[in-house]
Amino acid sequence: MTGSIKKSMFPFSIKIEPRLDTPKWLSPLVTVGAVVVALLLGMVVLALVGGDPIAAYKHIADASFGDIGVFSDTLVKATPLIFIGLGCAVAFRMKLWNIGAEGQLYIGALAASALVLSGVINASWSPVLAILAMIVASMIGGAIWGAIPGFLKAKLNVNEIITTLMMNYIAISLVNFFVFAVWSEKGFQMSAVFPKNTWLPRLADFAAQVPEFRGLTTHFGLVIALVAVVVVWFILYRSKWGYEIRLTGDNAKAASYAGINIVRNTVLVMMLSGALAGLAGMSEVTGVIHRLQGSLSPGYGYTGIIIAWLARLNPFGVVISSVLFGALILAGREIQPAGVPKLIQGMILFMLIASDVLTRYRIRIVKN
Amino acid sequence: MPNAREDAPLAVQMRGVTKRFPGVVANDRVDFDLRPGEIHALLGENGAGKSTLMTVLAGLYKSDEGEILVNGKRVSFNSPKDAMRAGVGMIHQHFTLVPTQTVTENILLGMDEPRFLMRLNDYDKKMTELGQKYGMSLSPKAKIWQLSVGEQQRVEILKMLYRGVDILIMDEPTAVLAPTEIDGLIHTLRTMAENGKSIVFISHKLNEVMRAADRVTVLRQGKATASGVKTSETSIPELAKLMVGRAVSFKIDKAPQNLGKPVLRMENVSCVNDRGLPALKNVSLTVRSGEIVGIAAVAGNGQRELADVITGMRKCSGGKIVVDEENVANQSALKAIRHGVAHVPEDRNHVGTAPNLSITDNLIMKSYRRAPLANGWSLNYGLAKKTARELKDAYSILAPNVETSVRLLSGGNVQRTILARELSARPSLLIAMQPTRGLDVGAIEGVQRMLLAQREAGAAILLSSEELEELLALSDRIVVMYGGEIVGEVQDPTEHDVERIGLMMTGGKQQPPTTSNQQPATSN
Amino acid sequence: MDPIIFLQAGVATGTVLLFATIGEILAERSGVLNLGVEGMMLIGAMAAFSVTIKTGNGWLGLVVAMAAAALLALLHGIVTIHFQADQVVSGLALTLLGTGLSLVFGEGLSKAGAVTLLPKFTIPVLSAIPVLGPILFTDHSVMVYIGYALIPLTWFYLNRTRPGMHLRAVGENPSAADAMGINVYRTRYLHVMAGGALAGLAGATISLAVSPGWFSDLTTGGLGWIAVGLVIFAQWDPVRAAFGSYAFGALRRFILDVQGPQTIFGIANPFFYNPYWGFFLQMLPYAFTIIVLVLGSRAAMRQRLGTPAALGVPYVRGERGK
Repeated sequence: MTGSIKKSMFPFSIKIEPRLDTPKWLSPLVTVGAVVVALLLGMVVLALVGGDPIAAYKHIADASFGDIGVFSDTLVKATPLIFIGLGCAVAFRMKLWNIGAEGQLYIGALAASALVLSGVINASWSPVLAILAMIVASMIGGAIWGAIPGFLKAKLNVNEIITTLMMNYIAISLVNFFVFAVWSEKGFQMSAVFPKNTWLPRLADFAAQVPEFRGLTTHFGLVIALVAVVVVWFILYRSKWGYEIRLTGDNAKAASYAGINIVRNTVLVMMLSGALAGLAGMSEVTGVIHRLQGSLSPGYGYTGIIIAWLARLNPFGVVISSVLFGALILAGREIQPAGVPKLIQGMILFMLIASDVLTRYRIRIVKN
Repeated sequence: MPNAREDAPLAVQMRGVTKRFPGVVANDRVDFDLRPGEIHALLGENGAGKSTLMTVLAGLYKSDEGEILVNGKRVSFNSPKDAMRAGVGMIHQHFTLVPTQTVTENILLGMDEPRFLMRLNDYDKKMTELGQKYGMSLSPKAKIWQLSVGEQQRVEILKMLYRGVDILIMDEPTAVLAPTEIDGLIHTLRTMAENGKSIVFISHKLNEVMRAADRVTVLRQGKATASGVKTSETSIPELAKLMVGRAVSFKIDKAPQNLGKPVLRMENVSCVNDRGLPALKNVSLTVRSGEIVGIAAVAGNGQRELADVITGMRKCSGGKIVVDEENVANQSALKAIRHGVAHVPEDRNHVGTAPNLSITDNLIMKSYRRAPLANGWSLNYGLAKKTARELKDAYSILAPNVETSVRLLSGGNVQRTILARELSARPSLLIAMQPTRGLDVGAIEGVQRMLLAQREAGAAILLSSEELEELLALSDRIVVMYGGEIVGEVQDPTEHDVERIGLMMTGGKQQPPTTSNQQPATSN
Repeated sequence: MDPIIFLQAGVATGTVLLFATIGEILAERSGVLNLGVEGMMLIGAMAAFSVTIKTGNGWLGLVVAMAAAALLALLHGIVTIHFQADQVVSGLALTLLGTGLSLVFGEGLSKAGAVTLLPKFTIPVLSAIPVLGPILFTDHSVMVYIGYALIPLTWFYLNRTRPGMHLRAVGENPSAADAMGINVYRTRYLHVMAGGALAGLAGATISLAVSPGWFSDLTTGGLGWIAVGLVIFAQWDPVRAAFGSYAFGALRRFILDVQGPQTIFGIANPFFYNPYWGFFLQMLPYAFTIIVLVLGSRAAMRQRLGTPAALGVPYVRGERGK
């Protein structure tokens, strides 16, 4: 091998080689490692602006996992995140960049609320029927909001990243219009409280039977979310449609070669993704705030993107990462400065995609 | 040879050059010399090591052993830029051009001059003058995407000339050219040689080598079997023997034909290519059960579009495509699949497989929507895996298991995966595009045997291959395409037909088609 | 509502979009999609405001804003160019990170008080041109004039200089550019960072000139995303980008201003009497972005031009036979 290796000044050199096989344990390990590194970097930034990073992290842990009461609140925050994470996971599987979950959430909430506030559902309805009707309405609302960019993408090749994002702003303005101009309660930025039959049951509602449930806010939305997890898992891994989604996501040319209708699937997947985000909106208005208001979400729609990525687009992984981010959002509300949770989210996402290189390449240090 | 001065110092001298890749010796102590002002052909089969030897000379690879002298001086190039500085330049099969930029811009790309501002009009003039000197007319303001392949090749040549290259290596320059363009190229090369440039012409086509080159070096399996033989002192059969090492045998054992009813009937089919230019012009063709119809054509003469329209992946602008007694023209890929059309696509990595999905997922691409794999909306993955394991064994796909991503497989195993999927569906019509391209010898034979087995099982097969020998060996009938038209047909082709087919492929001679595709439709 | 006054203000808002759009054009021309414009603008706006408050020097604020946003862009560059990560996801991460960082470092800035703005002036002769003079050349911030200069400069850089030609080659056919000895990675890093610097400049233009102050993440209000959309509409051409930017700037000002007067052209102003209709006005820029994208995409599909062919694709050297 004369002259085939360039002489180097250093005694060691770093060789980067593609991996031929990825061990099963590597990907979870890298994921956890990325999260840890992101949290450490977050500490550095906090220290830089004069905060006490250790106290802040301890506070996050205490305020979200410290006792059953706060953990219940963590689950409340995790519930919409599960829906949105699922919606993003489905769309990302097909390489459709739906970042419009925020808007789809608002429209879902609007559609569910409209049934109540317009008087279609009144106090005389049975709770089961009322909630079912609101579930359907929110899914339709979210699906329509997802279908528009889906259609533009499929038929006219319009970049869905921008359109879904623009639809977020439009959705929020639309909800604001209804909140202020149509259903405002005494001119405030919120509607009247919904009748009780439209409230999703909470654990606390059963405190009479199970005393331990006293004061627990976790609501039925979590059950709906877990059902959605199983349904989405079946769609992705046990159905013909899910196979088509995965195939198209990996290689669209191969998918059309296999006779798959990509145009139709693009619209359908965007509708499913939007419907799931719409459910998140319904779950928030009927399970948590019990009214429609202008600010419904502290950016759940964007957090869902990271959750889906952290879960590596796996529905069950979405549950775990949603709980983690639910904790971050819950505890983060009280942390100063206010940007810390967003900062940590961005950091985690960055570290995640940067660390991906470790699963694709083997990095070795060799002696010269 | 008028321009090659035998007494002048050699332009290039390669002595005992050895280049190894993991598991293969691409070049084994090869000697090669190039005289100033000559055209020297480097001849050999695919995989004989021609391109490797020349990429070593052009500075892309470093040799493991041996020495290289350029104009009498020992050299050791670290990069193509180094080689270029010493006057050695190589034009690869895949052009390194930027389609959205003009001819002038492409020639200037990567040059040290101009430093910052570009007075494009001045440079346009320079390029025109340079082109005229070597008999190449080109509009310097034209964008690359507007040019034909032959014109693009001229831009590549100008790029080299502008950089002061004296030793020009061209890798398979005629593979992509239309016949008239080949004449033009040879003329250009001659002009350049007369101007003192030395040219290496890599090819596996004997007649072109005889036409274009002064001398020829033949490589077989990495070794030189002839070094610097004058073309005037050799012959095509002799070169063929040096190239393949055995008397060329065009015959593979083939079962007697059992011709059945027509499966595919195309009538006056026309379509356009991706650029919107006519790609097929009134093509009529019939393929019957139990026969292999070979398509002989130079790349880019409509064979790809022909496969696309039959498999429902491209719209026709006119005509009828009847498969199974139903017109499938302008229908969908799904329709074609449902009619039993199997398709081995030309681009196995970008069209034929989903690289990050498992072997199982890739094997069920065509069968997932029908029972037994499908049951209503659900998909039986257990059965899919079981079927995949069986296919993996039956088609000898080498992989740890059926969960392995296809991206990790070798080219031969990817192709076997595609064939396993397409052939196991027992197709009534098989469209096989370049099914053996880039495979090693063992894999090629396996693929050829699979095609013949399909023929015996009664499939109608349309086969396209760049290797004329392969077409001759496998086909019951060869149709020749040129410029999007079928220009001729040869029944039961033998090696005696090579010249005739070659002539038709290059547009040299049109002969009236004689056989089945001219039979009146009533015969069906 | 005086149309000249609102168009003049629109040019100022349009300048913000212009910087961000041209920056993104540079990055995308090199083949790197950077969706993090909004995050980089926020960092720029925060840094410019913060530095200017502390030092009283707006120019220093500008420089720091550009450097901070360029650093953020460098992060995107490392992840997408060297680590070959998905450019879409990395851009989203950059948006979140930029927003988070600007909120953390901008804590308390919103109450920090007034800041010395960048100078405003009128161009002597040109301002005398009827109609155009008052709109384009009268009492504008220096940033607006820098914006005017940037349009032809960028066009010239892209089409008439050697580095511009190399940039286009890298975005269209990186392996060809590499083969001709152009350093693909360096070209990409430089232009991704230049794009970041311009996004930072756009942010600084907001906080130091157009609507001075720091209003947390509402400072940009989605302008960064509109800029990403405008790039597609502009078909990666700086001159078209300028038209788009100023038109959108005018639209945003129109929405703000139309709700003020009781009458418009002598008729009762419906937006004045129904203030909630303003929510529909607020939707307009976003709806128009979608419409503009639809128009742009149709043109791009018809002519197959504009989009850099290697946009979004990581370049790996020596991957042969693929």
